[in-house]
Amino acid sequence: MSQAIHVPTMAEMVAKGETPEVLFWVGCSGSFDDRAKKITKAIARILTHAGVKFAVLGAEESCTGDPAKRAGNEFLYQMQAMQNIMVLNGYDIKHIVTGCPHCFNIMKNEYPELGGNYEVVHHTQFINQLIKDGRLKLSDGDTFKGKRITFHDPCYLGRGNDVYEAPRAVLQQLDAELVEMRRCKKQGLCCGAGGAQMFKEAEPGNKEVNIERTEEALELKPNVIATGCPFCNTMMTDGVKNFEKEGSVDVKDIAELIAEAADLL
Amino acid sequence: MLEQIAFVLVFIAGVSLFALRIKAIRRNILLGRDLDRSDQPGARWKTMALVALGQSKMVVRPVAGLMHILIYLGFVIINIEVLEIIIDGVTGHHRIFSGLGSIYDFLIGSFEILAFGVVFSCVIFLLRRNVIRIKRFHAAEMTKWPTSDANIILVVEILLMFAFLSMNACDGLLQQALSASIAEGAEVSTQLSHYVSAGSFPVSQFLMPLYDGLSVEGLIFVERFMWWFHIVGILAFLVYVPYSKHFHIFLAFPNTYYSNLEAKGAFTNMEAVTKEVQLMMDPSADPFAAPAPDAADAPPARFGAKDANDLTWKQLMDSYSCTECGRCTSQCPANQTGKLLSPRKIMMDTRDRIEEIGKNIDQNKGEFKDDGKSLIRDFISEEELWACTSCNACVEACPVNIDPLSIIVDLRRYLIMEESKSPESITAMFNNIENNGAPWAFPASDRGNWTQEMNEA
Repeated sequence: MSQAIHVPTMAEMVAKGETPEVLFWVGCSGSFDDRAKKITKAIARILTHAGVKFAVLGAEESCTGDPAKRAGNEFLYQMQAMQNIMVLNGYDIKHIVTGCPHCFNIMKNEYPELGGNYEVVHHTQFINQLIKDGRLKLSDGDTFKGKRITFHDPCYLGRGNDVYEAPRAVLQQLDAELVEMRRCKKQGLCCGAGGAQMFKEAEPGNKEVNIERTEEALELKPNVIATGCPFCNTMMTDGVKNFEKEGSVDVKDIAELIAEAADLL
Repeated sequence: MLEQIAFVLVFIAGVSLFALRIKAIRRNILLGRDLDRSDQPGARWKTMALVALGQSKMVVRPVAGLMHILIYLGFVIINIEVLEIIIDGVTGHHRIFSGLGSIYDFLIGSFEILAFGVVFSCVIFLLRRNVIRIKRFHAAEMTKWPTSDANIILVVEILLMFAFLSMNACDGLLQQALSASIAEGAEVSTQLSHYVSAGSFPVSQFLMPLYDGLSVEGLIFVERFMWWFHIVGILAFLVYVPYSKHFHIFLAFPNTYYSNLEAKGAFTNMEAVTKEVQLMMDPSADPFAAPAPDAADAPPARFGAKDANDLTWKQLMDSYSCTECGRCTSQCPANQTGKLLSPRKIMMDTRDRIEEIGKNIDQNKGEFKDDGKSLIRDFISEEELWACTSCNACVEACPVNIDPLSIIVDLRRYLIMEESKSPESITAMFNNIENNGAPWAFPASDRGNWTQEMNEA
């Protein structure tokens, strides 16, 4: 059952003279978007439950600069990146886990050239490791038994960084039926939000990308469309609503599914 | 002797025209900006072996992939036969390698089977393009020239293979005629005496009935005609290819060697920007200080790319390597949902523009004369650029590791950083990040609010 949890900030930890095992980088969507906040909370619950000593930056966190960089604004990106790197290096951060593949990609691949060198993992990789290490056990309940789940690969996790197996390995723990869309893994179709599209109207066309993708997912008649990115989550949720299937098909982040299976929500 | 001189002249002409064109393309590619891709030679050779030599990305689509391998193997291996033809042409010999005996029989037999594979695949490819009309071959950018270019190549390959097989068929018949004459003890002409038994003809034996009725003179004429048609055809093909999309047969190798070896999600860091941002963030920097002496040497480079020569040499090499197969476009989420963006068009436009710049330089004594045009707008519209989701599907789909996304991003960088031109909502997003550290207008101080909500749960 849902318990009160205290999530410490880095400032608090340092004040107490402690160091976290890992920094939880929340990201803008996970901090401000009401739907994405649920994913953030699920991750926090999983980390707490598994006994991971973690902290967040709180108000000291700022946009990684991803949407600015993808839109072509290298100045704004580097300003953001350098500010964040100053904060992260100031706290001597070594390990980062994040629930957003865009934050994951940019901090892992693009921050090093600006002086930010961290071991960055996506939350599905981190959860997978917790399960492998026996630190996270799911309850024996059969929350997802017999349910059909399909996973939508986030571009910046999949093609962007070749992470295809960790999210699937985590989903396999649920004892559900995992079904793949025709366009999956390397051939996965984008949800339509990347490259700063999230923040603008789509160009004229004959269909929205998220509708095309949701259609493909719904063909599999899933109970759950699993996501690993708050932006994909928004796009797929909108798509499911478009087909008026929100009553029968859930769009949930892998962290939420695991938290549910571990009886943490 | 006359025949040998004619051959040498034709051969030199073909190879020289090819070399001249290669020189021009090399010059055009090097109009691009510098980029260091000399690192990790081991990984680079491996990528080339896998992707270009091993065709690993072609077989993602098995039908087209396997038939492409048939043509590719045919093309590469039958070139051993071309070597013999060249030596014969220069020295006046007939089938100089025939002394290899059974090895020769095996080789010629293999070439014939491969030639059949090439003809078979080319016919299927023509049907796919022109009868089944597969969608990716008929997109908006597939105008008259790209469409005929593809068909010309396929038809020429079929003709070349037909000439090769016909040459063998007539040779086989002449070999039979020679053996029969010797057996009968009849007088043998010098010309016929060249056709000693050599080679095996597993495929061309089925063409023999076509030429069976001809006299020995007729057969010799057809055999010589096909021999010349074949070799002149190959030389003409050699000259044509670097003007065509078909140039990928050569560039696939260097282009995959110089592949981007970073994670696909990683975009390049702009060092020129880093210097300025560091200066901005350095409280002790003197904003009125004179620029460093070395900075005065060269005019500052443009941020991003406005024209084709603002791109790197690798991006330009990408454009010449593109064979317009359209796998990128067929995987592009924007294109699949009816948007204007087509990654293949980005590559074709880039190549067409750098060709235009190259011609301009040639016409103006080695110096580019402003023609009032640029890659952005005159070739690629803003609407196309803003439709990209940066999902990397095009990069993943390309069988020769072309990266259209990097060009899209460099053009966006120019729009934003040189022209401050972006859709209104993108400008709003920039403002939000600048003012409150998030792409939406939420106060930065609320970032940790969810932790309070968890405290109260």
